[in-house]
Amino acid sequence: MISRRVVLHFPSELIDQPIISSIVKRHNLEFNILKASIAPPEGGLLVLELQGGKKDVHEALAFLKELNIKIENLSRDVTRKDDACVHCGVCVAICPSDALVLNTMNWEVDFLADKCVACELCVKACPYAAMEVRL
Amino acid sequence: MPRTIQEINEKIKQGKVAVVTAEEMTGIVKKKGVEKAYQEVDVVTTGTFGPMCSSGMYLNIGSTKPRIKIGGGTCTLNGVPAYGAFAAADIYVGAAQLPPDDPRNTIHPGAFRYGGGHVIEEFAAGKDVALEVATYGTDCYPRKTLKSWLNIKAVNEAVLFNLRNSYQNYNVGVNLSDKAIYTYMGILKPRLGNANYCSAGVLSPLLNDPLYRTIGIGSRIFLGGGVGFVAWQGTQHNPSVPRTKREVPTRPAGALCVIGDLKGMDTRYLRGVSMHGYGTSLGVGIGIPIPILDEEMALFTSVADEDILAPIVDYSKAYPEAKPDILGEVSYKDLRSGRITVDDKEVPTGPISSFSKAREIAQVLKERIKKGEFALTEPVEKLPGKESGITFKAFHERPV
Repeated sequence: MISRRVVLHFPSELIDQPIISSIVKRHNLEFNILKASIAPPEGGLLVLELQGGKKDVHEALAFLKELNIKIENLSRDVTRKDDACVHCGVCVAICPSDALVLNTMNWEVDFLADKCVACELCVKACPYAAMEVRL
Repeated sequence: MPRTIQEINEKIKQGKVAVVTAEEMTGIVKKKGVEKAYQEVDVVTTGTFGPMCSSGMYLNIGSTKPRIKIGGGTCTLNGVPAYGAFAAADIYVGAAQLPPDDPRNTIHPGAFRYGGGHVIEEFAAGKDVALEVATYGTDCYPRKTLKSWLNIKAVNEAVLFNLRNSYQNYNVGVNLSDKAIYTYMGILKPRLGNANYCSAGVLSPLLNDPLYRTIGIGSRIFLGGGVGFVAWQGTQHNPSVPRTKREVPTRPAGALCVIGDLKGMDTRYLRGVSMHGYGTSLGVGIGIPIPILDEEMALFTSVADEDILAPIVDYSKAYPEAKPDILGEVSYKDLRSGRITVDDKEVPTGPISSFSKAREIAQVLKERIKKGEFALTEPVEKLPGKESGITFKAFHERPV
């Protein structure tokens, strides 16, 4: 079993097709939608967590790629400007996925990018504009 | 035999002073007791870093040719209005000031990306800011408009002058309503989704000198990375609140009005703040040395997070409606554990005040004192204490 968090950019001609539904059925995957927006004519954006067998997840992603859907790993899209962060920790209680945690040794905030679900709550909550989400 | 500040300053000059941070002092007293700690320690350094909204800077821009009189006109810095109703060339900008065209909360919650706090940070960092003045002409000040870049190096004075900083204890903010609220205590999730607190606790200056025995008017302090002074008690200074046996207030109590040369400050300790849905502010770093004059001061500076109790306040109803109701009290030890229990519910906690920066400030101040770069001061005048009878006054509204 593996889990991948991906950002999918759909071309506009695909937004009316049940693509996710078909890969989920065919490859026996579990999925969790973290963010979705459809804005024709630009196309659609879907932030998705996919869980399943290693082979199944890879085949499903390869199929999406063939359909001309651009795939990015989610963790790359959330960044922290380390020089702006003052390590107050106000983001910690707001983060729903424990991607921002207070290290009780040095009382600095650790950002665990692989746990981030790009909900953007920290972007709003950070008083110092240290969190950036680029999708 | 009590110790005097003169003796401590002599030791600082000779490089023989014993300085520890307030966090270290707590451990020393626990291990060795008050008497031994008093004998061993001369000075305890404190620190705090958090948004302090009642902050601002004033500048004197010098004389333009021909002369212009800002007083009575209007003035902006990077589009943020500055108060210019002094003589000709003095202006003051507050941390919470917003550009006139900022949408504020028209579409709630607003982002408040840029305001007075950000202007102060950029100006202190040495960046050019755009100054615009529009005023009326007089015989001695004929010029009516001015549009120019302004740099901290080119102004006569640049002074940070904060009316209320360094609160002695503070509320813990929660939200009992069914929707998220956007407050100066941060974003509070519905139905007790989180609890935000804002004090450096064990390191907080006024919690280590709860009766204002050594911190007073004229005290030299670490302010925004440079040197500052306590100018007065902070506005809303409220020494008469309930206190624990060791005199630690259990409600927001004392506060400081501070002043210092902005030209000597460092933006590591001075940061523009945007509170989503609320407004702008300035993150300020303050550190205050406390002379250990006697055993009582050793006891006071040994205050630990478990000794500090803060009131839990509902910011969806009790706070906006100015009701005194609280949901209970919680210790800083519990707040720092990351979870507290409110109404039988486990609630994650989030600090607004940066403990890592507070620690850094206490450490930097300790090093400066050890190196002989920072001497202690005898207050010129004491801050009003609990014997003063001063209490916080609610607004008494009388329709005009």
